[in-house]
Amino acid sequence: MEQQVDIEKLQNLASQVRRDVLRMVHAVQSGHPGGSLGCTDYFVAMYFEIMDYKVPFKPDGINEDLFFLSNGHISPVWYSTLAHAGFFDVSELSTFRKIDSRLQGHPATEEGLPGIRVASGSLGQGLSVAAGAAQAKKLNDDNHTVYVLMGDGELQEGQVWEAAMYASHHKIDNLVATIDYNGQQIDGPTKDVMDLADLKAKWESFGWTVVESNGNDMDSIVKAMKHAHSLTRKGRPVVNLMSTEMGFPIDFMVGTHKWHGVAPNDEQLEQALGQLEETLGDY
Amino acid sequence: MKFSFTEKKDTRSGFGDGLLEAGKQDERIVALCADLTGSLKMGAFQNEFPERFYQTGIAEANMMGLAAGMTIGGKIPFTGTFANFSTGRVYDQIRQSIAYSGKNVKICASHAGLTLGEDGATHQILEDVGMMKMLPHMTVINPCDYNQTKAATLAIAKHEGPVYLRFGRPKWPVFTPEDQTFEIGKAIKMIEGSDVTIFATGHMVWYAIEAEAKLEEMGINAEVINIHTIKPIDREAIIESVKKTGCAVTAEEHQINGGLGESVASVLSRELPAPLEIIGVNDSFGESGKPEELLAKYGLSPEAIVEAAQKVIKRK
Ligand SMILES: Cc1ncc(C[n+]2csc(CCOP(=O)(O)OP(=O)(O)O)c2C)c(N)n1
Ligand SMILES: [Mg+2]
Repeated sequence: MEQQVDIEKLQNLASQVRRDVLRMVHAVQSGHPGGSLGCTDYFVAMYFEIMDYKVPFKPDGINEDLFFLSNGHISPVWYSTLAHAGFFDVSELSTFRKIDSRLQGHPATEEGLPGIRVASGSLGQGLSVAAGAAQAKKLNDDNHTVYVLMGDGELQEGQVWEAAMYASHHKIDNLVATIDYNGQQIDGPTKDVMDLADLKAKWESFGWTVVESNGNDMDSIVKAMKHAHSLTRKGRPVVNLMSTEMGFPIDFMVGTHKWHGVAPNDEQLEQALGQLEETLGDY
Repeated sequence: MKFSFTEKKDTRSGFGDGLLEAGKQDERIVALCADLTGSLKMGAFQNEFPERFYQTGIAEANMMGLAAGMTIGGKIPFTGTFANFSTGRVYDQIRQSIAYSGKNVKICASHAGLTLGEDGATHQILEDVGMMKMLPHMTVINPCDYNQTKAATLAIAKHEGPVYLRFGRPKWPVFTPEDQTFEIGKAIKMIEGSDVTIFATGHMVWYAIEAEAKLEEMGINAEVINIHTIKPIDREAIIESVKKTGCAVTAEEHQINGGLGESVASVLSRELPAPLEIIGVNDSFGESGKPEELLAKYGLSPEAIVEAAQKVIKRK
């Protein structure tokens, strides 16, 4: 019998993570709230329901599931999630993007922040790293799974498709990629900037098994990731096309690309926090 | 202070305004951008000349190849993205399709160096000048303020051959004249002096000017030279100045390895051996923080230039 998932507990966590994200970018008036808010449910689901990982952090990642953030600009949501998952103290979130901090603007290993295994920020590189890590697991007879998140605009980078071809050719079936399918990027909607067209057909034609989900519905994302996991070890890599809204659920942030990389001012912060319950206490 | 400023402006806006003007002067000019139109200030060109503006999406390698191809139809392409994604990300595309093939592409690169600030080391490229100056045929330019960046943009539009134009994100003092003509490869003597020469490039030219004022208070007479073109380097200007002063300091927002300092050292060691101190980032990556905080932490400050000048004079 599968254990009952406590969706409400996950939703409460997500509310707190979203508050952290907004307060972090507001404090330094820089960073990327839009994608971070859109992907919060995914991060909470991954770290509090889906993945089997070790705390304290071990960089070699042997005998645990691995997570890579390829769209490194949404670092605030990852940092907050890692802190709540016990990798470091939540008080450290207040150092985000400040000088001498371990919480770099984009994820980095240089300062030794627990939870991070490779730097990201320059887009398009994470799927290659994840595929390599998944192959290392196979060589090690390590029966854990490698997860990676990418932006949809990020898929415009050619390297993503080099990695996609490689992963299916080499039958890397312990790998689950997720796409933050929010339809937005810096210069506008992806369909105007550089149309991704039929993404599902693209991944299928590259030999991947495709799962679809609503990334702003905790139940949907938990089920989708469990389903994705059940499809591993069947000879094909798996990708989850996760529909999200950039800026979710803040009413004045959704429906536009404008909040990709802009911090809220004092008034906007107040307004946004008013829409998110403080469930675990602000850092 | 021998120079003053009334406003601060970002050098990337100098590029954006220069590109618009260049586009009006020459209809062969086309612009390409990889999902950073706002950051590169290319919106004005895009609005004025939508049919000559190409959005490539987040695909910089493709952008470099497209630009090379457009030159074959007689176009003069200006590519725009961050300095990191304009160089390291696409080095072989630039090397083969642009530099080796002698293509008239202008690689325009914003957010260079530490001063992009909070985004941190993944974006703070400090190796771009080195990579670009190593490429045969490539011209490498790093102007010092808004006005000079605008003038440089207009100048490279008229220059035949591949160019790397480097500029930045922060608002920075505007202290050079609005109506300057920009001569590629010709260093500009900003302040005349006799005890030590400070060769600076990009944002560091302003710090060199600040350092000169502090040195003057100490009774040291420094010459300040703006090396906006790192390649081809103005060897005559370097030799003429150091013949007089007998020693030099260089300052740049770049790794010491591969930067302006090494270019100056190469000229001096072969033609006029003289003591030289090099101010730059000393073989490390950057980090997140405020631009001026970062410059200070990594040893790029007017005070550091002053100290280096005092030290190098003692070595004469
Ligand atoms: C190689 C590279 N090119 C450009 C950028 C600048 N950049 C950062 S985020 C971004 C847009 C990413 O779009 P998407 O992946 O859809 O993320 P979202 O905006 O939805 O968060 C761009 C162009 C970068 N970080 N890396
Ligand atoms: Mg997107």
